Amino acid sequence: MGVNCEKVWRESSNYLDGDVSPDLRKAIEEHAQGCPRCAAVLAGLKNIVQLYGDERMSEVPLGYGQRLHRRLNEDMLPARRGFMGWMVAFAASILVGGAFEVAKSASVGGPERVSQHSQPADRQIPSDLRVLVSLGGKLFHLPTCRSINNRASAVAMTAQQAMRDGYTPCPRCLRKYLRVV
Amino acid sequence: MRTALQNDLAASSHEDALLKRIKDGERELFYELVQPYERRVYAAALSILRNEAEAEDAAQEAVLKAFKHIGQFREEAKFSTWLLQITINEARMRRRKQLAHAMEPIADQPNEDGEYIPRDFADWREIPSETLERHEIRDALMKALAMLGEKYREVFVLRDMQRLSIEETAKILDISTASVKTRLLRARLMLRDLLSPGFGGGWTTKLSFAKGNKPWE
Repeated sequence: MGVNCEKVWRESSNYLDGDVSPDLRKAIEEHAQGCPRCAAVLAGLKNIVQLYGDERMSEVPLGYGQRLHRRLNEDMLPARRGFMGWMVAFAASILVGGAFEVAKSASVGGPERVSQHSQPADRQIPSDLRVLVSLGGKLFHLPTCRSINNRASAVAMTAQQAMRDGYTPCPRCLRKYLRVV
Repeated sequence: MRTALQNDLAASSHEDALLKRIKDGERELFYELVQPYERRVYAAALSILRNEAEAEDAAQEAVLKAFKHIGQFREEAKFSTWLLQITINEARMRRRKQLAHAMEPIADQPNEDGEYIPRDFADWREIPSETLERHEIRDALMKALAMLGEKYREVFVLRDMQRLSIEETAKILDISTASVKTRLLRARLMLRDLLSPGFGGGWTTKLSFAKGNKPWE
């Protein structure tokens, strides 16, 4: 099997990863012996992979782990509240509960929306509608929607749950529920 | 002596046990679950955001999101894959906000299927690993990496720096394995080209690729 320079470049990365057939491997090596340019490409790639793969290239900032743990700790705190914590939480829940009652009588406002782009639903979305939410995204979608960002990490829930978590309806797949402004 | 496979199996069953206990309410065990992947989470965020402070913030946010949504994690996936998917999403969302006032790197060519012709440096001079002890060398390498387009950087960081498999990289980024290979090839070739000319003539003081018409330097 003979190969030209273009073929060597195209396969150089696979060659390095051991992801070529024995025949192709041999052909690439034979070609590189007589071609300084391709030999330099292969040597260069090998060096690049070695250098960037070195642990020293993946250093994290000093104190990163500690700060991460502190932040996690703060977030877990509600689960480990002591007696005083519970008293404060209890008092707060009464206040919040009261506020909800007041709010309910005044308007039918939902939770704060994560996205500014979509408008509140005009017609009611069925609360048990199964929808998908991609973590880090702002919208919830029908499972058939084509605009789900990173579908692989999307999680399923009901529309009611999604709205309670602050997600808003996708303006494409859930258009019929949205008010046009 | 245990084989690598046995080690892997032991690690994954330990992880499964941890997951179960966390879901059953032992929330503080989440530390232990995440700890082996902390560095990867940061690296993935940095590959997209190119700013240490932003990357750290995104990494924290991603870990918190994973913690809050742990009940929704489906166990047919690997936890690390899921965690990195969340991280990539978080970082991309922040990146979109950044983009309004940032300049796109020139290396972000739109046609990834097109042929990339490596520049002709027949005399590649190896950059020895020992030089990584020097801060300015690491900086120069990171600078070159930052010049790649985002889609190449993501693949390169996960695959070549965090040493994930082609398949896992594809899963995390939600792209095909063929795309991973194409982007990886392009990323490696571009990095070689960016770093090639310097090593003859004192590029540690002035990077040769910084001399051209690159306005952000």
